[in-house]
Amino acid sequence: MNSAFGLERPGVGPAPAPAPAGEDGPATPELLPDDAKVSLDDDDASAQVLQVLARLDTDLIGLAAVKRRIREIAALLMVDRARARFGLSASKPSLHMSFAGSPGTGKTTVALRMAEILHALGYLRLPKVHAVTREDLVGQFIGHTAPKTKEAMAKAAGGVLFIDEAYYLHRPENERDYGQEAIEILLAEMESERGSLVVIFAGYPDRMGAFFASNPGLSSRVAHHIEFAEYSAGELAEIAELMVARDHYVFDAAARGAFTEYLDLRMAQPQFANARSVRNALERARLRQANRLVQAGGAVTRDDLMTLTEADIRGSRVFGRS
Amino acid sequence: MHLRHGAFSYLPELTDDEIAAQVRYALGNDWPVSIEFTDDPHPRNVYWEMWGLPMFDLDEPDGVLREINECRATYPQHYVRVQAYDARLGRQTTALSFLVQRPAHEPGFRLDRVEVQGRVQQYSMHSYATQAPAGERYGR
Repeated sequence: MNSAFGLERPGVGPAPAPAPAGEDGPATPELLPDDAKVSLDDDDASAQVLQVLARLDTDLIGLAAVKRRIREIAALLMVDRARARFGLSASKPSLHMSFAGSPGTGKTTVALRMAEILHALGYLRLPKVHAVTREDLVGQFIGHTAPKTKEAMAKAAGGVLFIDEAYYLHRPENERDYGQEAIEILLAEMESERGSLVVIFAGYPDRMGAFFASNPGLSSRVAHHIEFAEYSAGELAEIAELMVARDHYVFDAAARGAFTEYLDLRMAQPQFANARSVRNALERARLRQANRLVQAGGAVTRDDLMTLTEADIRGSRVFGRS
Repeated sequence: MHLRHGAFSYLPELTDDEIAAQVRYALGNDWPVSIEFTDDPHPRNVYWEMWGLPMFDLDEPDGVLREINECRATYPQHYVRVQAYDARLGRQTTALSFLVQRPAHEPGFRLDRVEVQGRVQQYSMHSYATQAPAGERYGR
């Protein structure tokens, strides 16, 4: 026993003693008896999840279908945790998702929240999102794609790999395109039980449909296909209020009315990108407000600095054209 | 002869989980991790072959373990080590280096004595493994 100073020598000598029985004790708590009762929301993780869900409700306007789906996923994971305490094992739920929605409907924001929820429930080791596009996954010559895809997966390990505009991975018009190779590597990772990675494919709804139709293997391995609906004018106005408040601005009453008018006009125009357009419109309103204050000269009050007036909104080109 | 090379070499072989924990520690210190292999165990053989490029900007060790396993599968009878570099000083400084694979049988070293001018004696180490050409050592 004492040859090699009592240390294990690979391939030589007796096998190492089995680990003491108590060693894996703390990792697996004792199973509960069959007739016990557990509360689903009494542990820290569940409390954290409920907190994230509550913030989802307050911070994100609209998106009722998305929120319902996230609640369902969170509920399933909470129930799975409770079941595990009775020793009822189920297969690891598949958490890969696809987010289909128009520009500016909150896909990236929801992905960030999803990472927080999955982390709180212990399905991810880190609450982080590694966002990539085709350029980060697909190489330019033979043998370049696999290392790039693996590097992206290594960076996302333990968190969420968010593939924006995922349909660019598949180029049907070029059969020698390397995108297919990237898809296959992703599939292998999504299949594996040991995978520590949740993949979210995101993109615009019509092209996502075509993408999944041409990759049936991929579609069937993505458990959650979530549609992001367009925002209504009322929801966009609420979003604008949130954005304004977050940046410590306020609309005065006339400006609020003008902004509603602005939204009606802007939504009818092409290339309307929902919340992103709203944010850009507010950025420009801030520019006009700053310009107005500087031109006026003299002293300003705190209220002056905070208030967006009707003139700041009506300065937009959207009004000029109509 | 059991080669004592790098950190943890007087400990039992690390399991994959323990390797992952060490890699996580390195990544937590912002040390990029790289994988190297060789079949020349001479202690003065400092520069081993690189397995791919150093891996930057990782948070979790999964990608490193994947590369370690690929390197093990490709070179099942080579020495494989994990290196972690500390770049804070503006130069590439090895902060942590440990073996993650060794050949099943390590034949060890012979001490050569050479008599030079004036009957001065010099010593050198001769690795039995390197008697075979590179790539054919350790009964690959």
